[in-house]
Amino acid sequence: MTLHYRGRAGRILSSLGVEDYDRVRVVKGDRIYEGIVIPRPEIFDDEHIVLKLDNGYNVGINIKGARIELVSKGRPARRVEIPSIRFREDLPRVPLVVTGGTITSRVDYSTGAVISHERPEELLDIVPELAEIANIEYVPLFAEFSENLTPEHWRRIARAVHDQLRGGAEGVIVAHGTDTMHFTAAALAFMLRNLDKPVVLVGSQRSIDRPSTDAVLNLIAAARVAAQGPVAESVIVMHGSPHDDYAFVLRGVRARKLHTSRRDAFQPVNEPPLARVTRDRIEIMSDRFNPRREGRSQVELDDRLEPNVALIHVWPGMPEHLLRYAGERFRGLVIAGTGLGHVPRYLIPIIGSIVDSGVPVVMTSQCLFGRVDLQVYETGRRLLVAGVIPGGDMLPEVALIKLMYALGHSGDMEGVREIMGRNLAGELGAHLGLNVFPPCWR
Amino acid sequence: MDVDYRGVGLKVGLEIHQRLDTHKLFCGCPSLMRDDEPHEWIRRRLGVSYSELGAVDPAARFESLRRREFLYGIYHDTTCEVEADEAPPHPMNEEALEISLVIALMLGMRPVDEVHVMRKIVVDGSNTTGFQRTALVALGGEGSGVETRWGRVRMATLCLEEESAYIVESSPERAKYRLDRLGIPLVELATEPDIWDPEQAKEAALKLGRILRATGRVQRGLGTIRQDINVSIDGGARQEIKGVQDLYLIPEIIRREVLRQLSLLEIRDELRRRGVKEEDLDAPVLDLTPVLSSSSSKLVSRALSKGERVFGLRARGFSGIMGRELQPGRRFGTELADYAKVFGGVKGILHGDELPGYGIGREEVDEIRRKLSCEEEDSFVLVIGKEEAARLALDSVRERMKQALRGVPSETRRALPDGNTAFMRPMPGSARMYPETDVMPVKVGPILERMGELPKMPEEQIRELVDRYDLTEDLAWELFDEGKVPIFERLSGYGVSTRFLASMLVSTVRSLRREGEPVENLREEHFEEVVRLLGKGLLAKEAVPDVLRSLSKGEYTSAEEYVRTHRMTQEELDRVIDEVLGELAGKVRERGERAYGMVMGEVMRKVRGKIDGSLVSKKVKEKLKEFLEAG
Repeated sequence: MTLHYRGRAGRILSSLGVEDYDRVRVVKGDRIYEGIVIPRPEIFDDEHIVLKLDNGYNVGINIKGARIELVSKGRPARRVEIPSIRFREDLPRVPLVVTGGTITSRVDYSTGAVISHERPEELLDIVPELAEIANIEYVPLFAEFSENLTPEHWRRIARAVHDQLRGGAEGVIVAHGTDTMHFTAAALAFMLRNLDKPVVLVGSQRSIDRPSTDAVLNLIAAARVAAQGPVAESVIVMHGSPHDDYAFVLRGVRARKLHTSRRDAFQPVNEPPLARVTRDRIEIMSDRFNPRREGRSQVELDDRLEPNVALIHVWPGMPEHLLRYAGERFRGLVIAGTGLGHVPRYLIPIIGSIVDSGVPVVMTSQCLFGRVDLQVYETGRRLLVAGVIPGGDMLPEVALIKLMYALGHSGDMEGVREIMGRNLAGELGAHLGLNVFPPCWR
Repeated sequence: MDVDYRGVGLKVGLEIHQRLDTHKLFCGCPSLMRDDEPHEWIRRRLGVSYSELGAVDPAARFESLRRREFLYGIYHDTTCEVEADEAPPHPMNEEALEISLVIALMLGMRPVDEVHVMRKIVVDGSNTTGFQRTALVALGGEGSGVETRWGRVRMATLCLEEESAYIVESSPERAKYRLDRLGIPLVELATEPDIWDPEQAKEAALKLGRILRATGRVQRGLGTIRQDINVSIDGGARQEIKGVQDLYLIPEIIRREVLRQLSLLEIRDELRRRGVKEEDLDAPVLDLTPVLSSSSSKLVSRALSKGERVFGLRARGFSGIMGRELQPGRRFGTELADYAKVFGGVKGILHGDELPGYGIGREEVDEIRRKLSCEEEDSFVLVIGKEEAARLALDSVRERMKQALRGVPSETRRALPDGNTAFMRPMPGSARMYPETDVMPVKVGPILERMGELPKMPEEQIRELVDRYDLTEDLAWELFDEGKVPIFERLSGYGVSTRFLASMLVSTVRSLRREGEPVENLREEHFEEVVRLLGKGLLAKEAVPDVLRSLSKGEYTSAEEYVRTHRMTQEELDRVIDEVLGELAGKVRERGERAYGMVMGEVMRKVRGKIDGSLVSKKVKEKLKEFLEAG
């Protein structure tokens, strides 16, 4: 029996044998409601039942003093007929690795329930253009909001991508929640060595159940990049502006979610987008990328990560015990320092002792844009003396994942320092021209 | 044509949309309509799923919808990320909900306990999200609604929803909207279909509108209230007629809709008598360009020179039916043309009942009929345009003709200024509504508890106005209907007669408007100054229309300035009267005291508005007496 009601409302409904989507009549004084019982989210109170009336509206009715009768049992959600797709010999194979997010779900209009896709046909029902670009196949991994992902999830994604590319895919799309998409994109960039095909992370800022979803353009652009794009890197393909005209291809290790809700929330930091993708074509914007190579992929999976690493955002007056604690509990620390890569003076000796204990400390900047420079001011110079590893122009989150990777590959401080200072996937050593900082009002 | 409305089973329901006087429903932006150019335009598309939409709309429409581009005009200062669909909605504006509840209770409706916001799918681009947010706040029931001379009209539902974006222009490829209007809170009042006489609909609409205004918390002015009318007759089908702005047009729209449905039923019967079946209308669309390639028709040759082509479709059994009138001035062919315009974006159609014509000759018509294999009772439809558009247009024409065999299709129609209606789109189903998961439900109880007393009903407000201010009932209603009760009450303390004040606020302004004066420029301060000057005796009543006219045109910045330039001294008045008496000396002597009216008339002609009329009258009497006594 399925009934999404708890507490008082749950007891009353289940005593009447009522389940979700059953039809009931509720009489309350001179008010009479008849409709379908809609599941109630658990965090709401247990004093109301939600009915979908025949006019389509949901209303909440307080059960106090209400008389409820079961009118009829519900019927299962309507299955919409969707034409099946055929394999097209002339198009490349592009698997879509499903990790969650609303981009691979649909809404049942009769109940309002959001249902995960089971077949690529369901996606093509919403974005039929995809069938003209590639043979899309579903590789379901898990269905998680991206804030719940862990390095273990990254590993599973990396393995799936690796297997698909080795199996002859021309590129892979990873459908992903947007919150931590840039973390996963960076992790894939480090774990997929000798990458020779595009790996495209895509998501939506407006869920796919609404007509205004950005998923349509994002998916078309992602499929185009995966199928035909010249960039053999782990990239994020999302809207480039509030318009539905084009998406940007952003290098995963250079992308950051810079807005909570806008379609163009992902922006490149310290470099221009690699390309701009419209519905019809890809326009290259940068010549600094790893090019696609023809033939069957020779990608290698190197998923040794040490997840026990912390990212610490410093602030004025930050208590030293927090840093001391982190130094004791983690195998490596990344600090998002202020300005050029600074911390309050009183923290420097603590950092020194953490490094001395064998825990590498990498310095990045909470400014995001620009590069750290520890040689300009005394604070920086003292940090260098304390043994801090400068993070160059790396984003703090990228440095975090890279440190996991470095610690997965080297046990000693100098080995870690060497890996952190070497450009592995375009995350380090950008050319900082004056055209890569974006304020909108000039 | 006299129609027995009871006999044909006329059923009418009203839907009234009223904007509320508070900020937007799901963000803090002001509910402010702009008349300047938006600061920026955003280009968007709407994604619709084939299986969901294809079930309702023809596939062709789905295709065109996916390609349609929408442009949204934004104002950086009065619209935000929410209207642009770049951020989730904020919690529902509780003031708007409170006003809705006030209205519901005044109409005897029953609020729900918890208001749930829904998304109603709307893919015409009028909402950036592709859906309209709407919530059911209260249900009607016995005893709800308003009483009319034809009986009670009960309420069905009261919904609180967001206003759509303002349409600037529209074509099948593209539509432009402004976002200033999007999100303004709107109460949608729907009545039960209890109305059975066209005039009853007007009375109900008027009464409902008055209750809305009695709250004092709804927006006023052009476009702030709209009526949709649902009309059906026995054997016909429900039509939703949108965008009726003028209350007085409602009965005519209903009368004409009844005519239209009766005529469509006659057409159905006639087609059945002729034995026409749906499959008879499955003839292919043919390219008839070669037939008309050297046509002397300017309409045709102009189109062909632009690279357009002529396509034709046989209409089996439709001879004589295309030209049949459904409403005064609207024929069955006009209905087909509506479909062609909406679905194909073409300018219109040509049909067999109007050809030869438009420069297309008899021989060409014969050749068209031959190519389309038309027989005696058959007609045909031509569409001129680009191939794709023309085919879409003719496919929709074909569908509409098939519907004619079944009777009256259920449609959403647009009210035209003469009371006719035109097809807008098929009637949408009710199922495409699902929860707005971004907005938490709102409990009604706490709002009801903190709500004070309900506003007085309109009739009671009028009774009080009449009693307190010694107004006629008509004048009181005029003040009420025009939303001028508050200003009237404020200005009534300046010692001016309340009847004069009321008629200045309504009749004077109305007649100035009728004369084309820009009365919208008159502000409350203007009226206040006028009554202040009137109260002090510094301005003559007769001058009020002229003062208001000058102020509305901006000729004077204040009434005081007007008075300074126009005011006449008693000495000047004396001089004018003397002049008039001099000019009319002969006649005045002839008539004696009976000459008063004539003299007064002539003097007033010269001094009207510059000095108080009662003073003039007194002076004329004195002077006339002196004049006569002096012999």
